[in-house]
Amino acid sequence: MIQLTEEQRMIHATVRKIAVEKIAPRAASIDESDEFPMDYVDVFKENRLFKMVLPEEYGGIDADTTTLCLIVEELARAYASAPQMLITTGAVLQMLLKAATEAQKEKFFKRLEKGTQACSFALTEPGHGSDAGSLQTKAVLDGDHYMINGAKAFITTGEIAELHLIFVRTGGEKAKGISVMMVDKDTPGFRVGKKEKKMGFNGTGTVELIFDDVRVPRDNLIGEVNKGWSLLTGVANMMRVWGAGCTALGNAEGALEYVIEYSKQRVQFGKPIASFQAIQFMLADMAMEIEAAKSLIYRTAYLMDTNGASFDEIESLVCMCKCYAADVGMKATTDAVQIMGGYGYTQDFPVERRMRDAKSVQIYDGSNQIQRVVIARNMIGRL
Amino acid sequence: MICLTEEQKMIQEMVRRLAKEKVAPRAAEIDEKDEFPWDIARIFGENGLLNLVLPEEYGGVNANATTLCMVIEEISKVSPACAIMVFTTQSLINVLRRGGTEEQKKRFYPRFSSADKLCAFVLTEPNAGSDAASIQTKAVLDGDSYVFNGTKTFITTGEVSDFYLIFVRTGPGERAKGISAFIVEKGTPGFSFGKKEKKMGLRGSPTAELIFENARVPKENLVGKAGEGWKVLTNYGNLMRIWGAASLSLGIAEGALEYALGYARERVQFGKPIASFQAIQFMFADMAMLTESAKSLIYRTSAMIDRGEPFSTVEPMVSMAKCFTTDAAMKVTTDAVQILGGYGYTKDYPVERMMRDAKGVQIFDGTNQIQRVIISRALLGKL
Repeated sequence: MIQLTEEQRMIHATVRKIAVEKIAPRAASIDESDEFPMDYVDVFKENRLFKMVLPEEYGGIDADTTTLCLIVEELARAYASAPQMLITTGAVLQMLLKAATEAQKEKFFKRLEKGTQACSFALTEPGHGSDAGSLQTKAVLDGDHYMINGAKAFITTGEIAELHLIFVRTGGEKAKGISVMMVDKDTPGFRVGKKEKKMGFNGTGTVELIFDDVRVPRDNLIGEVNKGWSLLTGVANMMRVWGAGCTALGNAEGALEYVIEYSKQRVQFGKPIASFQAIQFMLADMAMEIEAAKSLIYRTAYLMDTNGASFDEIESLVCMCKCYAADVGMKATTDAVQIMGGYGYTQDFPVERRMRDAKSVQIYDGSNQIQRVVIARNMIGRL
Repeated sequence: MICLTEEQKMIQEMVRRLAKEKVAPRAAEIDEKDEFPWDIARIFGENGLLNLVLPEEYGGVNANATTLCMVIEEISKVSPACAIMVFTTQSLINVLRRGGTEEQKKRFYPRFSSADKLCAFVLTEPNAGSDAASIQTKAVLDGDSYVFNGTKTFITTGEVSDFYLIFVRTGPGERAKGISAFIVEKGTPGFSFGKKEKKMGLRGSPTAELIFENARVPKENLVGKAGEGWKVLTNYGNLMRIWGAASLSLGIAEGALEYALGYARERVQFGKPIASFQAIQFMFADMAMLTESAKSLIYRTSAMIDRGEPFSTVEPMVSMAKCFTTDAAMKVTTDAVQILGGYGYTKDYPVERMMRDAKGVQIFDGTNQIQRVIISRALLGKL
């Protein structure tokens, strides 16, 4: 229903096929075991999806924002956890495309030819979540190396990533002393710490990263020293539209589709429950809010792809996409469980998983409260 | 996705200026007196807003759905009551353009060219509101004319309009099967006006009763075939909600948001502008998020209509846009009154009027409950 180019249509069709054939059938067992789905990794590698943001000369598919939205939405429609490794990797690669030197790009893109091809985007620390500007993991220059000490927490895809893009303190206080560095998982002193046991979003490899006298070459610094905060806000925050926003959207769509079919089959009082207006109106509201979120997301993606609005306008729209889609996803999945009643509450049906997964999107990639802070700040301006 | 053509941008600029300079200063008075603003009708006429849908050779701009959305949105930011006359007038012309014969177009188009004609869309009866198929006003063929008898109620832009698109029962067949649509001129003997409604809001947009006592209407004024009026209503009428009720309430929400924002930046409590408090900021973020979602949904849908996507695809989208936007406007205006506190509740400030106006749009042009019926029918198909 969104006007797509031929190429976007083709990519969309391919991803839909993958989602139906390879992603969906494994969702329940991954949720159950919380094991990282290495079979998904293989499928994504085969289809160049880890490198989707890269230009073709680097083996990517040169995806614009609209294409990224389509890919994530379609995968999340099958299983919300599935696209997470692509989102973190895409985020890191986009950052490199924008801020790395040619030599750095050569080096890191080449490094990703072996192993899982996955990257993690490591910002959060145990004591610094929404207040990311006060992060404490330190990097101290020592000759031609930086010495890194500290810990990162809640790092999605951290468990299997080859490269970690980390935000570290190299200078003074708060946002002014933060830099961005790449750390190879094979660097001595680096290790993956405890894996979080979560309510949902299983199989995303959410772990702690521990840096114990980790020496990384000075050349792994991305962009200028102490200018990491502007990379975060200027580049990374924009990814929320195709990352968290489309994860929530796809997950909600999957729940709605499931519950529509269920309510047509389930008979109570001698009729399918879909024939009762009480159920019909719940479904209508779910569909309406999902379509509103979808419209907001694809309008924003279009504006990004065409440079159709100012940075502040786009920043606000991206925050709205993330926050609104996540809230809609929570409401739609909660109602999907409600419509299915006792069955919906059991693990024999997928909607309870979708509801648990939806909760996470309200929290990660900038909590919905932080999105509202940014939206309001852009509206109100300086007081 | 809101990609406007050069011509649309020019129209938008023009309407924005008219709204600000001519309509806004009159808005409070129009509401207070509840008198139809003939001065505004004249200005709209002079600036081509009363015949936007007409082909260019008759002085129109051949307006598509997106153009109409944008015009209604801009006027409604300052006065939805004034926007309504554009809406109902374009509704009739639009039905004529899509469903009328060449002979009818040749006969009626020149009458609109003078740009001072107003039109109304006449469906509702005292006992046939949401259940429109049960209308009872009768039209019986007698020689070269149909003889009308019955009463219509809640007719927007009634009494002041020159032309009326009227749905009546001609038979054969019950309910939706026996309905026909006619264009009836003011001044037809036997066609008179009853009481004018006193409303909570949308004041200055007259809501009248129409009485037919042996009123004779030439049979050439039948739009479409006898007994096929329901098709005229659903195929053309339902889709107009996108630029009717939906865009009207988008404008209301935007107007209220903008006003409350300006107020909150100035209003000092506890030694600071109230906009500096997170409690207020988060209300604004939510108001903006809903408004932008509604806007995205409306313009995505209008683009689908303008691209000629199938009726079955666009019909539920239009219903979602109508229902979602009017609910959003109700919430946004209610919160705007809340942010202004006691002042917001007084008639010295415009937000209480906006809140009263918003309520009207949840009800007219197909209640939000009827929209949900349409949406869920599209989701569920035949049960």
